Order: sequence, then structure tokens, then C-alpha cells
Amino acid sequence: MMDLETLQTIWFVLVAVLFTGFFFLEGFDYGVGILLPFLGKDDRDRRTVINTIGPFWDGNEVWLITAGGAMFAAFPHWYATLFSGFYLALILMLVALIIRGVAFEFRSKSDNPTWRNLWDWGIFFGSAVPALLWGIALANIIRGVPIDRNMNYVGGFLDLLNPYALICGIASFSIFTLHGSVFLTLKTKDALHERAMSFAKKCWAPATLLSFAFTVYTFLETDLFARLGINPGIVPVFSVVALASVIVLLQNNASGWAFAMTGAAIAFSTITIFLGLFPRVMVSSLDPEWTLTIYNASSSAYTLSIMSIVALIFVPIVLIYQAWTYWIFRKRLGTDSELEY
Amino acid sequence: MEALFLARLQFALTSVFHFFFVPLTLGLSIFVAIMETAYVKTGNEMYKRLTKFWGNIFLINFAVGVVTGIVMEFQFGLNWSEYSRFVGDIFGVPLAIEALLAFFLESTFLGIWVFGWDRLSKKLHATTIWIVAIASNLSALWILVANSFMQSPVGYRLTEDGSRAEMTDFWALLFNPHVWVQFPHVIAGGITTGAFLVIAISTFHLARNKGNNEPFKKSLRYGAVYAFVGTILVTLAGHTQMQDLLRTQPMKVAAAEALWETENPASFSLFTIGNEEELRDVFSIRIPGLLSFLAFNSFEGEVKGIKDLQAEYEITYGPGNYIPPIAISYWSFRLMVGAGTLMLIIASLTLLYVIRNNYAFPRWVEKLLLWSFLFPYLANSTGWILAEIGRQPWIVFGLLRTEDAVTPASVVSSSEVMFSMIVFVLIYSALTLADIYLIKKSAVAGLPSLETTEGRI
Ligand code: HDD
Ligand code: HEM
Ligand code: HEM
Repeated sequence: MMDLETLQTIWFVLVAVLFTGFFFLEGFDYGVGILLPFLGKDDRDRRTVINTIGPFWDGNEVWLITAGGAMFAAFPHWYATLFSGFYLALILMLVALIIRGVAFEFRSKSDNPTWRNLWDWGIFFGSAVPALLWGIALANIIRGVPIDRNMNYVGGFLDLLNPYALICGIASFSIFTLHGSVFLTLKTKDALHERAMSFAKKCWAPATLLSFAFTVYTFLETDLFARLGINPGIVPVFSVVALASVIVLLQNNASGWAFAMTGAAIAFSTITIFLGLFPRVMVSSLDPEWTLTIYNASSSAYTLSIMSIVALIFVPIVLIYQAWTYWIFRKRLGTDSELEY
Repeated sequence: MEALFLARLQFALTSVFHFFFVPLTLGLSIFVAIMETAYVKTGNEMYKRLTKFWGNIFLINFAVGVVTGIVMEFQFGLNWSEYSRFVGDIFGVPLAIEALLAFFLESTFLGIWVFGWDRLSKKLHATTIWIVAIASNLSALWILVANSFMQSPVGYRLTEDGSRAEMTDFWALLFNPHVWVQFPHVIAGGITTGAFLVIAISTFHLARNKGNNEPFKKSLRYGAVYAFVGTILVTLAGHTQMQDLLRTQPMKVAAAEALWETENPASFSLFTIGNEEELRDVFSIRIPGLLSFLAFNSFEGEVKGIKDLQAEYEITYGPGNYIPPIAISYWSFRLMVGAGTLMLIIASLTLLYVIRNNYAFPRWVEKLLLWSFLFPYLANSTGWILAEIGRQPWIVFGLLRTEDAVTPASVVSSSEVMFSMIVFVLIYSALTLADIYLIKKSAVAGLPSLETTEGRI
């Protein structure tokens, strides 16, 4: 058996990987959901938009469920403190996810325009709220929240809505929207493709500016960059470069590359945040002694090794068959395509 | 105290809601897979239409199962943070494995199945729905591994300060005998749920077309066999579960039987009105010896009563009240077993009809078959209510009391719990109505015509 400290580090990395995968994948289908009412001019358009993510969104959401399960199993205190502490925010998120999940399925089951319109806005709400809340939650985790000596969160809901976290929320919202619009340029044809393309180009500047603002604010507000050092390393730099390159790629109609770059920007920002956090998992703003770290929040060595074996076998399998779905459904959807939803 | 009560109520409501949809997923996924296999084997388009028809109902229901499940995943952290800290080392593991092994498979392959009709070969396409069906039932296995630890903890040790339980043996957790009596019962309950819905909807269409409707005759035949197998299995499995409970949680059995005093041979209660304060019968009809027979397959055998168990537990665990709410345990057990017995009769009756190829039901049989789909819902919900309420005051039997497991009120106030509960109940009720409306709509619409089967589900 490996020693406890190595296992704790491995699981910190795995949780980070799960969240990174989740933001990369679910990020674009949040974006598509946010854009649905605006890019889809008529019912056929809207169906096409929904169908671009139809086969994928549920599989993407399981990344979150797995991340939650992994947190529970590997760092029970992290799971307990985070979800009991961010109670109302999480309830709001769950409400959004509930509405979004059924909306995809229910929408197509009746032809009534009011019914469909209702669920379209349900999809918008269910995508926009988590896109915003994830940014807010991450920002608070790195900035620090009031956690007492018993690892309990003692702040309120409003403490989470500080300006720094709000900026991060808006930034994550705009990046996911950009990611979603680039995904649509990749998966659609004709008029819809044109609209997605022009939206993506317009959306790029605000998204990039907001991310930049967030980076600067992080520098002022947290110890993230102090911890990473003056030379923050290749990861955050690459994240900025990736985002900057998107507009050039879009102008050259290289949707595939542009999508890879918005994805990379999301992935590398998430990794930066986890790098800056390590080995902490939730920073206490009251006393550094009370900060939750991978060392005081984790499960036993035995549990972590069992989980490592399971992950070693099954994560690659999951990656293979999920990649296979993207391969099966690689074609663009146009006016002549069969639609399911 | 109030926060505790609300947290319990919230957990009870959200899990009953989740488990309102899950059994149909478990049972109907297998049924749809059987239909599609019949299509691949025979090449008969009728089976393809049936696959799409039942698949559509499956999908509507599945969506609600998924979204209510997401809430379950985070509830332990939300309202039961002390519980999560105490058992995370053990309990988190099956949850994580469930997501990694079952949910990923289920959601990904369901996506392929729905959208892949014209992109995969027939055989491969049928394989994807089998994977969905197996993955659904696999998810039940892992969540029951978690639940079984709460019912009958194994493979753990307490840390020195007693603040956490740690896993010492993963295989003990997986091969917990409790899992292997609970899992078959839950799966069979799912099969029963799916089967009776198939029976009800098929009967509806047969009645509408005066018995002349080939596809729904076929559905009814399959449904009848499926229901028969399901109800037999669920009753047998329930029986073994009761026997296992005598070993792990005799107090639950005593409460389910309102058995105040230890008896040998023990009687089975048909109808009891008791006085919970004084622990005695007010009025009772009992069949002598039957409980011993059910428990030990023999008319001899001691079954411990509530009073003796309470005294024993006080010696083992210290002073306290170890008696769960008796009326709830007792009546949920009656309702489940009553529904199960009735369903066994109905399933046999249906089977007799379809074997003789007789689809002209008398009016009362028709009515019965139309409404019988409600019984599994009753049995599933009351079964869980018995399992969870009968375990009280423990959240993890013998290790952690429910009152010590709740999130401290300083972190989550009772008004916050109240607020979230109202939100969930409102949304879930709306979803349930929408779900019923949509299922009814597609059930009534009947089989999709051949042209539309090409595109839409
Ligand atoms: C269609 C559904 C259905 C039917 C017909 C029955 N049950 Fe059941 N029962 C369940 C569905 C269910 C369930 C919802 O699946 C439960 C909840 C917890 C569990 O393990 O299964 C359950 C629990 C449960 C328990 C409690 C287990 C525990 O606390 O660990 C017992 C003792 C029985 N059942 C016994 C029976 C017997 C003797 C039946 C005879 C007719 C029966 N059940 C019919
Ligand atoms: C299999 C996984 C399940 C797990 C891990 C689980 C876990 C729990 C937990 C943590 C509680 C709260 C503490 C307590 O009151 O003891 C609880 C209570 C409860 N659960 Fe479950 N549960 C599961 C399945 C279900 C299902 C499917 C149902 C119903 C259909 C259900 C019905 C209830 C009820 C009614 C209570 C309230 C009991 C009370 O507080 O008096 N459970 N369960
Ligand atoms: C006996 C109890 C339970 C069984 C048999 C069960 C089974 C299932 C099944 C088969 C699904 C697939 C979707 C559907 O059914 O419609 C599902 C969904 C889900 N369940 Fe449960 N469940 C139980 C209790 C719980 C509990 C206690 C949790 C909390 C951890 C939970 C978490 C989830 C989650 C997160 C999903 C959504 C998965 C997705 O997105 O695909 N379930 N459950």
C-alpha cells in the first residue's frame, strides 16, 4: 500500500481532474442551454440546438455526480463542510439542475407552443444559474470563507456574494457561453451556423476581458499567485493564450481548433485554481489553522487505496466509451437532419 | 430538535419521491430491452414499434428519476454533515463507485440508444439498451451496498476517539449478507413495477379495441409472464429478508409485527390496534405459530418481543429508547405484504387468461388490471418506510443515532431546511404531475406508426 500522503495527493488530483472534465464538458452544454432562446429563431432551430447536445448532456452531468461521490469518499470533511456550508446556493443549483434535466426530455413530448416555450426558458434558467454559481463557489473556496475549529461553515448565504466571487461568477458564465457558441459553430450548418459564429465572435471580447479582470482581482484578493510564485508557470499563461487565440481561429473558420482552445482555457483555469489551492481544499478566513486540507479532511489510507484501484480501472473505460459517443454523433446537424428531441 | 425533525422529513420525502420513479426504470428498462431483442431476433416491425412505445414511457420516467437522484447525492452533505463526517470513509465509496460504474454507463448508452437508431447496426443498438438496463440495476446494487451498511454495519472499525468509522474490509462491505437479501428484493420490486404498468396500459388498449389489437396482446402476454416472475421473486426475497432481519435487527421485526412480548411459537398478526405508550394490544387478531413458521420454516422458534429487546439494548448501548415508531412500521409492513399478495393473485389470473389466449375480460377483471399498476408503488414506498423507520433511533444501526447525525443548527438553520423542503416538495409535485400527464398522453396515443418510428422516439 502507498503511504497516506501520496494517496491524499492522488485523490486531490483526481477530484481536480473530475471537476476539470466536468467544466470542460458540461461547460459547453450550459453554454448551448443559455443560447437556446436567442439563437433558435423558430421551433426547428431550437430543436436543432437542443439536439446538438442531446446525446451528451446527461453523460456530462455524471462528471459532477462522480466528482461529488469522489469528494465524499476521499475527503468526507470537504464534502460535509462545503455542501452544508453553501446550503442555499446549492439548493438553488439543484433546482436549476432539476428543471434543466427534465426540460430536455419533456419539451419534445407535446407540440403546444406555450409548453415548448416554457421549457426553453427552463433550459435557459437551468443552464445559466449553475454557470454563474460554479464561478461563485470556486471563488469563495480559494478566497476563504468563515470556517470554525470544528470544520463548520459559520457564515451566511450573503457572505458568498462578495464582489470578487460575483466577478468570478460572471466570468464563468461568459466563458461557458462562449464555449457553447463555439460548440454550436462546430455542430450546425447554414443559417444557424452563421448566427452561432457571429455570436461567438461578439462574445469573445467580453469573455476575455472578464477573465482578465478576474485574474487581476485574484492577484489582489487571494494568495493564489503568491503561492504559485512570480512565475506562475505554464498553466495559467497557457489558459490566457488559449482564450486570446480563439478570435483568430474563429476568423479563419477553424471551429474545431477554436473549440479546443475555449476548452483549454476552461481546463487550464480550473487547474490553476486547484494548483493554487493545494494542499488546502477549503480555506478558512478566520484562522489558517482551521483551513481544511487534504491531510485533515481525508479518508483512511485503506479507503483511498481501494478507491484508487477502482479509479485506475474504470476512469479509462469511461473515457473510451464517452469518446466513442462523440465519434458516433460527430456529424453536423442541419435542416435535413433527423431530430429526436 | 425541530431542525432534526425537518431534516428527517425532508430526507424521507425526497427519497420516497426518488424511489417513486426508480423502480419503473429498473423494471421497464429490462422490458424494453426484451422487446428490442425480439425485434432483432424476428425482424418483425411490430416489435420495433413496441420497443419505441415502451421506450418512450421509459424515457419520460427516467428523466424524473435522474433529477431527483441528483438531489439525493448531495443531501448527505446538506442536511446530514455529521453523518457524512462519521461514515464518509465507508459510505462514500459505494456512492462514488455507483457513479463511476453505473451512472456513466447508463447515461452515456441511453444517449446512444435514443439518438442512435439510424447510426448503429440493429444488434449493436439492441446491445446499448441492454447496457442501460444492466447499468440501472447495477446502480441499485451499489446504492444498496451503502444502505446495507446503515442497516447492518460490517467491515469497519471505530477510530480511537470514536469520532469516525473507518473501512477495514471492502469485500466484507460488498458481501454483506444484508446486500444479497435486499438487492434481489428491490430488483424484483422493480420488475413488478414495470410489469404491472405494461399490463395496465395493454389492457387499456385491448379494452378500447375490443380485444383486437395484436401488438398489445403481445405486450400483455409478455407483461403477464414478467409480472408473475416478478411477484414470485419479490415475495420469496421478502421472506428471506425477514429471516435475515431477525439476525440483524430483531427490533424491526418485532415492531413490524407489533409483538410486545417474546413468544415461542410466535403468532402472526393479521390486524392489531395497539397502545404504543403502554406497549400492549388494544385489539388484535393473530394466527398462532405463523410468525415462527415464517421466521424459521418451522412452527417452533422464539421470536423476541419489543419489551425484551428494549431491555437488552439498554444493557448493550446504555439507557435510552430503542423502540422505533411501531404503528408506522406495523402498517407499512401490512400494506406491502398485502399489496404483494394481491399482486401475486392478479398476476396469476392474468397469466391464466393469456395462456388460454382469452382477451375478452369481464368488466371487473378489466378494471382490476387497469388499476393494479398502483399496487407496486404502494409496496415500494411502504417497504422503504418500514426499512428506514424501523431502524430508528439509529441512522447506522448500533453505531450512530439519527439525532447525532444531522448538520448542526449553527450551520443550517431550521428555517433554511424548511425553505428547501417546501421548494423541493413544490417542484417534485409539479414534476410528478407533468410525468403522469406525459406518460398518460403517450400511453393513450398508442403505438407510433411505422413512418414516425424512423425518426422520433
Ligand atoms: C413491489 C414491491 C414489493 C412487494 C410486493 C413486497 N416488497 Fe418488501 N420491500 C420492497 C418492495 C416490495 C422494497 C421497496 O423494495 C423494500 C424497501 C427496502 C428493501 O430492501 O426493499 C422492501 C422492504 C422489505 C422488508 C424490510 C427490509 C429491511 O428493513 O431490511 C421486509 C421484511 C420485506 N420487504 C418483506 C416483504 C414480504 C414478506 C413481502 C411479501 C409479500 C414483500 N416484502 C412484498
Ligand atoms: C438506498 C439508499 C438509501 C440510503 C443510503 C438512505 C439513507 C437515509 C438517511 C441518511 C436517512 C436520514 C436519517 C434517518 O432518519 O435515519 C434516511 C431516512 C429515511 N429514508 Fe432512507 N435511504 C435510502 C433509501 C431510501 C428510499 C428509497 C426510501 C423511500 C422510498 C427511503 C425512505 C426513508 C424514510 C421514510 C426516512 C425517514 C425515517 C425517519 O427519519 O424516521 N430511504 N434514509
Ligand atoms: C434503493 C435506493 C435507490 C435505488 C435503487 C436507486 C437507483 C437509481 C437508478 C436506477 C437511477 C437511474 C435513473 C432513474 O432511475 O430514473 C438513479 C438515479 C440517481 N440516483 Fe438513485 N437510487 C436509490 C437511492 C439513491 C440514493 C440514496 C442516492 C444518493 C446518493 C441516489 C443517487 C442518485 C443519483 C445522483 C441519480 C442520477 C444519476 C444520473 O444522472 O444518471 N439514489 N438511482
